[in-house]
Amino acid sequence: MNAVAVSSSSAPSPVTAFPNRQPLLDVRGLSIALPPSADRELAVDALTFTLNPNEILCVVGESGSGKSMTAHAVMGLLPVPSVRVAAGALLFKGNNVLTMSEPEQRALRGGRIAMVFQEPMTALNPLMRVGDQVEESLRIHTDLDRTARKARVIELFAQVGLPNPAELVRSYPFRLSGGQRQRVMIALALACEPDVLIADEPTTALDVTTQKQILDLIRSIQAERQMGVMFITHDFGVVAEIAHRVAVMRHGKLVEIGTADEVLNRPSHPYTRQLIASVPHAMGDRPPFTPSGEPLLLAEGLHKTFHVGGGLFKKGKEVTAGKNISLTIHPGETVGLVGESGSGKSTLGRSVMGLMKPDSGRLLYKGTDLLSLDRRAFRPFRREIQMVFQDPYASLNPRRMVGEIIAQGPIAFGEAPAQAMARASDLLAMVGLDASAAKRFPHEFSGGQRQRISIARALAMGPSLLIADEPVSALDVSVQAQVLALLDDIRHRLNLSMLFITHDLRVASRVCDTIAVMQRGSIVEMGPAAEVFGNPQHPYTQSLIDAIPGRGWEIPADLSHGEGVSA
Amino acid sequence: MQSMNFWRAYARNKGAVIGLLIMAVVVVLGLFAPLIYPESPWDMVNAPFLGPMEEGSLLGTDTLGRDIASGIAHGARVSLLIGLTSTAVALVIGVTLGALAGFFGGWVDDTLMRFTELFQTIPNFVLTVVLVAIFTPSQGSIVLAIAIVSWPPLARLARAEFMALRSREFVQAAITTGQSNATIIFREILPNSLSPLIVSSSLMVATAVLLESSLSFLGLGDPNAMSWGYMVGAARTVIRQAWWMSFFPGLAILLTVLALNLIGEGLNDALNPRVARKGKA
Repeated sequence: MNAVAVSSSSAPSPVTAFPNRQPLLDVRGLSIALPPSADRELAVDALTFTLNPNEILCVVGESGSGKSMTAHAVMGLLPVPSVRVAAGALLFKGNNVLTMSEPEQRALRGGRIAMVFQEPMTALNPLMRVGDQVEESLRIHTDLDRTARKARVIELFAQVGLPNPAELVRSYPFRLSGGQRQRVMIALALACEPDVLIADEPTTALDVTTQKQILDLIRSIQAERQMGVMFITHDFGVVAEIAHRVAVMRHGKLVEIGTADEVLNRPSHPYTRQLIASVPHAMGDRPPFTPSGEPLLLAEGLHKTFHVGGGLFKKGKEVTAGKNISLTIHPGETVGLVGESGSGKSTLGRSVMGLMKPDSGRLLYKGTDLLSLDRRAFRPFRREIQMVFQDPYASLNPRRMVGEIIAQGPIAFGEAPAQAMARASDLLAMVGLDASAAKRFPHEFSGGQRQRISIARALAMGPSLLIADEPVSALDVSVQAQVLALLDDIRHRLNLSMLFITHDLRVASRVCDTIAVMQRGSIVEMGPAAEVFGNPQHPYTQSLIDAIPGRGWEIPADLSHGEGVSA
Repeated sequence: MQSMNFWRAYARNKGAVIGLLIMAVVVVLGLFAPLIYPESPWDMVNAPFLGPMEEGSLLGTDTLGRDIASGIAHGARVSLLIGLTSTAVALVIGVTLGALAGFFGGWVDDTLMRFTELFQTIPNFVLTVVLVAIFTPSQGSIVLAIAIVSWPPLARLARAEFMALRSREFVQAAITTGQSNATIIFREILPNSLSPLIVSSSLMVATAVLLESSLSFLGLGDPNAMSWGYMVGAARTVIRQAWWMSFFPGLAILLTVLALNLIGEGLNDALNPRVARKGKA
């Protein structure tokens, strides 16, 4: 029903130069059927929308909403016959792609419609020089000769901002960084001057500063070539950054479509409102934290170097993960450790947990140097320091019942099993799960619920310090908000200290009293959250904050206090 | 609930169901051999060189007038017993060493793996022959010899599984909640590494049956036990005059090994459903 109402209201987009011109992509009543064993019948249900020339249409939704399926249907990438288009039409400039012959479809893909994938690490052939991969596309879709193709590849590489294009075309993918590979992917997509570019979460696997560069690149290329871009994302910050129009999907259905201004600032559908309310943002009413008493944890001059590769006869590479790290956590304080991948933030967390030994430095917990302890002497501290892991799908043993998982720690420390199981039920209630969950296995729970179980396991030990290593980065945004709210609530109730490790500044700003910013193994700036965000001193912090997508966008006032987050 | 799913996934592989049926026949034959053929398979019960279905002997007799059907039924006992026990012994050795190497890593891993490689560099069959010859052929020495040559692949597999699971977050969570190494190995890692081990040991039973037959063929089998390999070996000189003497025991070996391989494949499909689906789609 929604879909029908939508197509009529979507027509005049303020950025579309020629509103009367035919849409590039016209999706009409598209339904995609899943195999009978799937949890629902249709991955995409009667989806109708259009993509006009010279616009960026963001398709937003949580995992399983069918947004990638839609893109894959356009590109003919559905794993037929198990997943197939059940109904509807997909018109490209008025011609139905679904009824075209195979050669016609092939000419369209890569030629008129191109795609950029999420994972630049796997989307390139590792055994082929990047220049050759782009040239291959030119050979198939154009009649340029060899020299012309070579020149064109270099030209393309220059356009997507790759350094030293004439040299870089001869590199293999493994030599390039993630951002560079994504640029190569974009060059590949642009090779034949497509009319439509489909970008499926192209920045999700990238660090925030790289993400900003790629978003800028896509925006400028789109404007320059007047392409239609269908940009799939789960991140409203990214939407605010580049979208002209926004389509919101849920469970395979389109729930809302409109201009970026309409959807972001005046969302009408309750689901869109809930999603936007869940976007992490600083809670304005957080009282400033004043440290009191002795520090709970004091890290001093930690160093850690990893030796990668190497063997009996050759020396490996050295990677510095920690360089003179010093940090204090006071009782009741939440310290956010923020940094991009490879900055060494997990190294610190793991050292505190005793999962890793730094090469030098001191790590004082209530005055005892944890690093001087062997495994046996460290054991009493296990009760005091607990960890919530990043991936809720990997952190629970699939073969044990939830109750056992939570009770195993206290039992290992001598608590009577019956009593530990009873406490496990209480803890499940505390993290918002039913007590009956104790008798079930982890695979019966969703990602958010699993993360709650993981938190309950940590709390079962009665810790004073909780290390949370990217606890929400694997979760959808609405679930993310719930888990963050739970962590925030629990630490106030139990007066926990927390070391919160994250790559996402928005998340950090939501729960942290103090922020420490890490870059290449060192903490470059540390201070109260309000100060670090409001008045960043170090250039790296400034660039990080500057790169937060959608910074210019204020969440509508009526949604900024977490309305509709419960669910 | 979970066992229902297991059987449904297993039954989806038609070959595996056939394998299971063949195996059931072989097991029943072995179990009831003393009832079906109460006399010793070594007894000369009929005229020699009788073809199949001649003078009341189902599959004929051999050069000395021993009943071939009886030999196959009794041989099933020997083949299965040796196949299963030697695999069990190999599993114990392989999983123990592999688990220790994978879990502790470092010098433990280095030492155990060099030791494993020592065994892997010697051709399997040659080593078995030498071991059996040294220990004098008996069921015990044959089981031991087969186990000694078959454990290295299991050790490698167990090591790889343990190394991969060792760094998984749920194992790290177990460490941070103060579990002992033994608890982590037996309750956290081992149950999660069982499926590939079950699959490859089911295939290993087939290899063991073959190895036993080959040893018996060479005359290195247990002299007191009638075995399929011995029957083929003893009949090879007369294969042109009396094909049935080597054909039926050979067929028994073929069907048993085939059945075990089919079962192994079915187990793989059922225990690693994701891999299986990829293969079929």
